[in-house]
Amino acid sequence: MTTNTSHAGSTQSASGAGTPLLSVQHAKIGYVVNRETHVAVGDVSFEVRQGEKIMLLGPSGCGKSTLLKAVAGFLGLFDGQIRLAGRETLKPGPDRAVVFQEFDQLFPWKTVRDNIVHPQRVIGRARSEAERRSDEYLELMKLTQAADRYPHQLSGGMKQRVAIARALALDPMILLMDEPFGALDAQTRSRLQRELIDVAARTNVTLLFVTHSIQEAVYVGDRVVVLGNAPSTVQEVVDVSALDDPSTLEFTSTQEHLRSLLAIDDDELGNLAFE
Amino acid sequence: MSETREAEQPVTAVSAGSAHHRRTWGDLPTVLRRGIVLVALLGAWQLSTLFMTGAQAQLMRGPLEVGEAIVDGFARGDLVDATLTTLRILLLSMAIGIVVAALLTTFAMWSKLGDDILNLLTAMINPLPAIALLPLAMIWIGLNTTALVVIIANAVIWPLAINVSTGFRTVNPTLLAVGRNIGLSGWRLVRGVYLPAALPHIVSGIKTGWAFGWRTIIAAELVFGVAGEGGGLGYFINYARFFNRTEDMFAGIVTIMIIGIAFDLLFSLLERKTVIKWGMKTA
Repeated sequence: MTTNTSHAGSTQSASGAGTPLLSVQHAKIGYVVNRETHVAVGDVSFEVRQGEKIMLLGPSGCGKSTLLKAVAGFLGLFDGQIRLAGRETLKPGPDRAVVFQEFDQLFPWKTVRDNIVHPQRVIGRARSEAERRSDEYLELMKLTQAADRYPHQLSGGMKQRVAIARALALDPMILLMDEPFGALDAQTRSRLQRELIDVAARTNVTLLFVTHSIQEAVYVGDRVVVLGNAPSTVQEVVDVSALDDPSTLEFTSTQEHLRSLLAIDDDELGNLAFE
Repeated sequence: MSETREAEQPVTAVSAGSAHHRRTWGDLPTVLRRGIVLVALLGAWQLSTLFMTGAQAQLMRGPLEVGEAIVDGFARGDLVDATLTTLRILLLSMAIGIVVAALLTTFAMWSKLGDDILNLLTAMINPLPAIALLPLAMIWIGLNTTALVVIIANAVIWPLAINVSTGFRTVNPTLLAVGRNIGLSGWRLVRGVYLPAALPHIVSGIKTGWAFGWRTIIAAELVFGVAGEGGGLGYFINYARFFNRTEDMFAGIVTIMIIGIAFDLLFSLLERKTVIKWGMKTA
């Protein structure tokens, strides 16, 4: 177990337990390319409690996806520690199910249903149990009609829904999402944001969500961890748990605050949204 | 023929613009169109034999006689035996070729040096028709099935290995990440992600390997047939030439064509049921 005490400041939490579910301490992460070291994440610490929705927000190239990859166990750390329920995340595993941005994250040779059943079989669940749960999550993500289709027959939004259903069906300790709606059109994107909030409330899943959209961060998240430019550090952790109506003044003022934290004007924001 | 076509031309041009669309050749279903062409070709072939006399007629056979020769050949059993011999050697060689290609691919995946070796060997051996190695194989190994198998396996290995290693190398990294995320590693990751994801390349490698092997084995058997080793379809054709049985030569050739077409259809069916159905390859 970690020696760290719970992060003070935020008043809301699903469980309110003392020990964080995920703790990132002084993480320094980067790549070695042609014997040259590029540090993306300089020194980042934050904690995620059970049932929380944490958004990682930052300018492009700040290493937010890199950080998520390290939590997922795909990348090692130069320094620091990442612990999930007290255990270091050194290898990838289904306790940290990942939803990627790419539409082609589904196995094209499996039907929608089998894409959800198969990973459960891999983690050792009985077929009947895996099928029962797959039906459950198909319904939750409004996919029942598409259960017997192959991924190439689905729209981008449907594919991302399947990826979310597949991840949730594994009962992960934490769900990691790497800009899952980044490649969707605006309409589908906001619909899936609403659905995700709904599904997260029903399943009480803990969420670590990477985004470069300020609106998405404020709308979906409970807290926003704002990263600076690479090598990044945490600029601020902003509590947005009470903000779920974009028409309110508080929502817009928080967006303004985050915009100023990212130190970018509106022109650059426009560019950022398309990167 | 040519007059009617010329006469039709202006009519077609007019009808294309008018509301009353006349049925044209292109509107017919593919099977029917190809069927008509096939019957026309066979008819032309049969007709041409009617006008031949003397020595010419001795060297030519029409489709009916050839069909009869094939039926006779299968009834006698020697055409069946020849076909089975050829297929047996080819399948054995392909099995060996697949194993060796798998080993080479594994080596190429495993190390950069292996990759360099595979690429260089393929670049060197691929332009060389496999049959060119037959004389050497004959003096090194002898006039036996082993020499044939070595030659055919060699013809199969390279297209297969280069396709499979390309397939493995170009597996979508996101799919691999998903595989590792759900806990797959080592052989389970290969079976669960690499193999199915590389299937379009694997199938096309087997198709190319088969095509190379099929052409090579017939050629090799023709040479072996001269040397007297009993055997396959190539030998059957050469044997028929030796006894001046023109219809049997045709029967052998047509059998080779039919088997070639059958295997192509088989591979197409395999692709339709897998990679095309899954949207991994367009039809």
